[in-house]
Amino acid sequence: MHIMEGFLPHPWWEIWFVLSLPVVAWGVYKMNRMIKESREILPLLAVSGAFVFVLSSLKMPSVTGSCSHPTGTGMGAILFGPGITAVLSAIVLIYQALFLAHGGLTTLGANIFSMGIAGPLIGYLVYRLASRMGLGMYLSVFLAAMLADWATYLVTSMQLALAFPAASGGIVASFQAFMAVFAITQVPLAVVEGAVTALMFKYLVRLRGDILVRLRVASASAIRLLQEASP
Amino acid sequence: MRLEIAVLGIVALFAILFIYQSTTGEHEWAGADDQSEGVIDELTDGAYEPWSSPIWEPPSGEVESLLFALQAALGSLAIGYFLGYYQGRMRKEGEQKEGKGEAGSDA
Repeated sequence: MHIMEGFLPHPWWEIWFVLSLPVVAWGVYKMNRMIKESREILPLLAVSGAFVFVLSSLKMPSVTGSCSHPTGTGMGAILFGPGITAVLSAIVLIYQALFLAHGGLTTLGANIFSMGIAGPLIGYLVYRLASRMGLGMYLSVFLAAMLADWATYLVTSMQLALAFPAASGGIVASFQAFMAVFAITQVPLAVVEGAVTALMFKYLVRLRGDILVRLRVASASAIRLLQEASP
Repeated sequence: MRLEIAVLGIVALFAILFIYQSTTGEHEWAGADDQSEGVIDELTDGAYEPWSSPIWEPPSGEVESLLFALQAALGSLAIGYFLGYYQGRMRKEGEQKEGKGEAGSDA
């Protein structure tokens, strides 16, 4: 989903910056407030950021015969919401733009928007919806992380399509062309990402169920049931 | 344990699929992010020139994979450290509770 340096023409790269920066700023504000309220959150915040670091560095082969990478943003999205996850993603994207020539500084706004905002927002909403439907925590996490991953690539395809409409068929045709690159490649990766994220939550439930309750990720009774199920 | 087995199954299926595919077909295994560059070329008939380029690029594939590995290593380190911290804390709290429980029953 990294749009390469220089590959978004004017005015698109500016537009995505304008849309992304306020969310990152809001995320920084929210993060500071949360840390001030309870320092116990800090390790969990670090783990969520580290999870993005690890997963977005893994370029995995997929069924289409090409490689792509997961995003790792589902965990942060479920725990802290899209604002803070936007900050975590921005840190990773800046690292990759500076040291790996992966993504870019001019396309940073667009990449933060797809990976740090749109994906996590979908993940957050899916998790809330799934747990309200009573799907169980781990299944909800699986669905949320999987769809956050997939939505990220959907948004990247849209961003590229808007910037490069096809001569015949316009934006819709180029959206299909970019989706052909990303959509199917990403399906198995998204499934793996969902599964690994669900496993992370199992350990979080065991180790710090109390913080999950405080972050309103799950009710105290639900956490107790899960802890009793696997002591 | 059921969740662990399910996750392991999904990862194994993913690996088997890759091994099968890599032995049967001709695939480039190129990065999807780079492929989008080709699509842009097609859509614009090669007319689009990127208007800026990275300030610094890893000088070789080896250096690039080093930096990617470093990224993964730093992340894993943090995850392991903090989950270990939580684990140790939980154990200590458990011991303290047990200790208190015994003292209470003595009195």
